[in-house]
Amino acid sequence: MEKFNTLTSVAAPLPLINVDTDMIIPARFLKTIKRTGLGADLFSTLRFNQDGTEREEFVLNKPAFRNSEILIAGKNFGCGSSREHAPWALLDFGIKCVIAPSFADIFYNNSSKNGILLIKLPQEQIDKLTEDAELGANATMTINLEAQEITGPDGDIIKFEVDSFKKHCLMNGLDDIGLTMAKSDKIAAFEARQNIIVA
Amino acid sequence: MNNATTLYDKLWNSHVVDEQEDGTCLVYIDRHLVHEVTSPQAFDGLRNEGRNVRRPDLTLAVADHNVPTTDRDKQIDDEESRIQIEALERNCTDFGVELYSMKDIRQGICHVVGPEQGFTLPGTTLVCGDSHTATHGAFGSMSFGIGTSEVEHVLATQTLLLTKCRNMRVTVNGTLPNGITAKDLILAIIGKIGTAGGTGAAIEFTGDALKSLTMEGRMTVCNMTIEAGARVGLFAPDEKTFEYLKGRPKSPKGAAWEAAVEYWKTLKTDETAIFDEEIVMDVSEIKPQVTWGTSPEDVVAIDGCVPDPDRETDINRRNKMERSLEYMGLTAGMPMTDIKINTAFIGSCTNSRIEDIRAAASVIEGRKVAHGVQALVVPGSGLVKEIAEQEGLDQIFIEAGFEWREAGCSMCLAMNADKLGPGERAASTSNRNFEGRQGPGGRTHLVSPAMAAAAAVKGHLVDLNDLD
Ligand code: SF4
Repeated sequence: MEKFNTLTSVAAPLPLINVDTDMIIPARFLKTIKRTGLGADLFSTLRFNQDGTEREEFVLNKPAFRNSEILIAGKNFGCGSSREHAPWALLDFGIKCVIAPSFADIFYNNSSKNGILLIKLPQEQIDKLTEDAELGANATMTINLEAQEITGPDGDIIKFEVDSFKKHCLMNGLDDIGLTMAKSDKIAAFEARQNIIVA
Repeated sequence: MNNATTLYDKLWNSHVVDEQEDGTCLVYIDRHLVHEVTSPQAFDGLRNEGRNVRRPDLTLAVADHNVPTTDRDKQIDDEESRIQIEALERNCTDFGVELYSMKDIRQGICHVVGPEQGFTLPGTTLVCGDSHTATHGAFGSMSFGIGTSEVEHVLATQTLLLTKCRNMRVTVNGTLPNGITAKDLILAIIGKIGTAGGTGAAIEFTGDALKSLTMEGRMTVCNMTIEAGARVGLFAPDEKTFEYLKGRPKSPKGAAWEAAVEYWKTLKTDETAIFDEEIVMDVSEIKPQVTWGTSPEDVVAIDGCVPDPDRETDINRRNKMERSLEYMGLTAGMPMTDIKINTAFIGSCTNSRIEDIRAAASVIEGRKVAHGVQALVVPGSGLVKEIAEQEGLDQIFIEAGFEWREAGCSMCLAMNADKLGPGERAASTSNRNFEGRQGPGGRTHLVSPAMAAAAAVKGHLVDLNDLD
């Protein structure tokens, strides 16, 4: 997993609520046995017409936002299916940070396990950032995870909260499995005392 | 101080292996269901690091999302689907995990198979790389969906790093009237609390109307907990639970069974326990439900009309409604029963158990599918299919013009050949009406099995009371 430190990029505004993971990556693209290559089909139905041509009006098809690494979205982003293909598709496209008023639980976990930073902010701040983002190519934002700050195009600073363990893992690119395996004694002890009825 | 705990607290407390300073806990996982779509990258991860599956004996695999529901003797036509299913077979062999392959009569949708085999038990923690894992909460099991990185974590360590959910309780009081099913109850609950209403919560379901449901009905309710944003849905285990599990292949036997039942009886919320949030409804408020939009919270009663976005004051919500109506090809104010369908789908982990099939069959008996409607029944497992065939239900469906298929997820998510074409409209017993869920451009109305069957007969959405 790549380490997350600071990120400077234009932010793409996607002011839709309840963006589900089927919308992020439809099921027909889940037949891969790899984690890569899904970016081409990210937001497939929003991004492409049925004949495969791009829909000009979709934000990530506009020249200013084609290389955005930050997405600003509406509440309950990532709801629905548990597919980790959703963060894989975002990452493969180049999105490393999503900012929204709220996220669905499973998507939240899946994203941080892949090095994507999710930032929750109140709706008013999202509205402000969305306005900033709509300025396009000249309006870059900088996200500093260490300081927990977003610096907008006008230099305004917004502070954000992040779970300390997730922050630590993101900043150091840590894989939880290795950390947990270091506790295998505790796991074995639990197994030994566990209720045999369920084991 | 109030030491009273909820059912969820009890399940959580009995599985904590270790607690970190920030409150994140390492939680033991008793049961792990694995399927072909969300596991290949996890097994590859193990291989790359030279890791094993810690407890293959607590892991059960089944192919369901991708499998064809027609001729199983042929090779799978779709190459990518075939590769994914073959990868599951290879991974299970390499890591010593039990697999119900496509030819096995026990094969089916993982959330139907787990309970049916007695793999799902009260008091356990159960996970699967699928958001509808909440289904198993019907048994008083702390069950929830996880992503692929977490699948890998469970395979390697039999644990997960979790933060505890908040406690929420949904009570539906009253006596369940005829014609109101578990599906109507859960759709009405989602309509009330919204798709994000349960975010971060474990929901316990109680109240006479909910408690009176059969195990199948309880599974339908818990299955859709995730559609309310909650990760876990729970019913306290009771006599119905024990009766359902007794004698199942993987249920405890003999003295172990007796001991298990004694323990399971202790799994309930203390009377004085306090919930972070309580929702109380009365079943008399609830009519048969149907969705009009592209989120499961977009529900109305079948005798209602498509709602009008102009009446919505929240701007984000109004935009979403307008977008949904455009996608669904509907106009505000139109009666729901005027909506014509092309397809009726009876299946999915929400409604493909024997009771669901029976309910649909009782509506169909002696009737015919309307001209131009494609109707299919996809049983939840090979065993459900077998029971239905023993009862002659397959013949009722076939005579009425339904297709009678093999078990799998099928048109619930359109990964196999079963899908809606652009603009086609379905009355579906599945759980998600998202844009494109049942095929690109496809339009979904979520309903109960009886309502899907009735819509197939009439060619439009219909109130069961109006079926002559
Ligand atoms: S039936 Fe549908 S919701 Fe259930 S596991 Fe299969 S794809 Fe997921």
